Amino acid sequence: MNFDIALTGFAALYIFMLAAFAGWVIIGRVPAILHTPLMSGSNFVHGIVVVGGLFTLLNARDVLEQSIGFFAVLLGAGNVAGGYAVTSRMLAMFKTSAPAPAHKAHHRARSHRAKKA
Amino acid sequence: MITLTWLPSLVIGLADICAAFLFMYGLQRMSSPATATSGIRVAGIGMIAAVLASFLYVFSVDPAAKPLLPVNIGLALTALAIGGGLAWLAGRRVAMTAMPQMVAIYNGMGGGAAGGIAAAELFGARAHGATVLVVTLLGGLIGAVSFSGSSIAWAKLQGVINKPLRFKGQQVVNALIMAAAVCVAGVIIYGGGASATLLWVPSTWICIFFAFALLFGIAMTLPIGGADMPVVISIYNAFTGLAVGLEGFVLQNPALMIAGMVVGAAGLLLTLLMAQAMNRSVSNVVFTNFGEAAKSKPGAIKGEEKPVQAADAAIKMRYAASVIIIPGYGLAAAQAQQKLYEFVKLLQAAGVVVRFAIHPVAGRMPGQMDVLLAEAGVPYDMIFQLDDINDDFATTDVAMVIGANDVVNPAARTDKSSPIFGMPILNADKAKQVYVIKRGQGKGYAGIVNALFYGDNCNMVYGDAKAVLSAMIEGVKGLGAAAA
Repeated sequence: MNFDIALTGFAALYIFMLAAFAGWVIIGRVPAILHTPLMSGSNFVHGIVVVGGLFTLLNARDVLEQSIGFFAVLLGAGNVAGGYAVTSRMLAMFKTSAPAPAHKAHHRARSHRAKKA
Repeated sequence: MITLTWLPSLVIGLADICAAFLFMYGLQRMSSPATATSGIRVAGIGMIAAVLASFLYVFSVDPAAKPLLPVNIGLALTALAIGGGLAWLAGRRVAMTAMPQMVAIYNGMGGGAAGGIAAAELFGARAHGATVLVVTLLGGLIGAVSFSGSSIAWAKLQGVINKPLRFKGQQVVNALIMAAAVCVAGVIIYGGGASATLLWVPSTWICIFFAFALLFGIAMTLPIGGADMPVVISIYNAFTGLAVGLEGFVLQNPALMIAGMVVGAAGLLLTLLMAQAMNRSVSNVVFTNFGEAAKSKPGAIKGEEKPVQAADAAIKMRYAASVIIIPGYGLAAAQAQQKLYEFVKLLQAAGVVVRFAIHPVAGRMPGQMDVLLAEAGVPYDMIFQLDDINDDFATTDVAMVIGANDVVNPAARTDKSSPIFGMPILNADKAKQVYVIKRGQGKGYAGIVNALFYGDNCNMVYGDAKAVLSAMIEGVKGLGAAAA
């Protein structure tokens, strides 16, 4: 069995076109209030380049390729870890003034009443 | 005997397709503050799957790389640990006010990694066929520009570089650098078949190519001023995404292609939104030395700036029915977001309806003010964007501007000769009373006199935002004590 991927010419262009369209539509719906975490979140997503860096480094045949591969993985890993750290930190800060556990409290009150009955 | 040589590529393929799906699903969940936290977690799972699976590449390495495999695995783990560890610590510790430069540097890292992949493909002469070679070079060019450009953007935002570097004929020089990079790329493409000669030493040309690409990123970013940074950061976000997508094609990895293009489109959309919020085209932001051209006519505006004490302004707000606060970069520079919300809570306790109005390009990156307010604990339902709140100023008692200038300049509405004419602004001038907290007399980033400051309904509160807000808090508290 062979699961190698071969993407050439138009097949690749179709992937690019659909991905760009999906990105445009998905991001277009994000409210302005979330633009910073969105940017750092999409920043994190392009950190997938670390996978390409790993491929390059593992296939390195001489010191030059090893150096470049090491550099690529180092930067890619920084992109991933840093992007995730700042995005999750920022997103955790966004809260509404409606008390968050209201939904839970309501649920508890209802089950309490049910027990009484 | 059953051989399972196909198993690694099956696992890699499945992991990558999961990653691509989870990235898009994660980003989609980020479209609401309520689900956004789970969105980044979902994308994180995809990333872990893809990175773990990529170690299965060891089963199908280049035969020439086999003897080096143990060393390469060690190098890979080291690079992951060092790069990931340092960036994680930095990301956990950085102050929220420093977020723009942090995003810039992570972005540059992604671009650098994409450029590195291109370099390895070129130096190793792995890219076969004209199409693949062109795509490799294009991805390398964009990645390298994003790497050096983001680094300069970081240095500017961090304050390492303080002034935009501008000189006559800058655009021509930049264009020549770009043209040189493209020409060298042409040499690499056409020289690819020939064996090494005096003029054709592939590695030399590849080095020259990357040197020009890196130089262009630096030259392009140096002249751009601080307030245009939201556009610049968005552009480099798009560039890195594009570079990653292109190198994904070179490596035949659809996960990279999809993730890169999604981010590229996202960055492009944000770039256009930011430029639109300044009523300027993207090329105008990048290629025009804004601010220098803006020569304001002194004396064109009648009246004078009327200073007022912080405590007096605070007491006026305490007895107002409604207050709208307009934060700008000055709030971030003074790190005054906590003090601001402390003051706002005092007003709310006194029954004042307080809301925040955010201009799309306030701060140094898209949405920076929203993040600062969220950090201070301001619930996001108190925060309103330009279109949602602009009509309410006319019925508002007090508008308080903190460290913002051009985004509230009514000249953008009325003065056709103004460089910012046509830019959508927050209509602070329509409020019954306006207070402007400002470090001192002076012009905004665009170098334009702000007619708002001279209006009959406007008073200036001079000083550092943090100190002024502390004085305001004292003012309101003192009032309560006196009453009791």
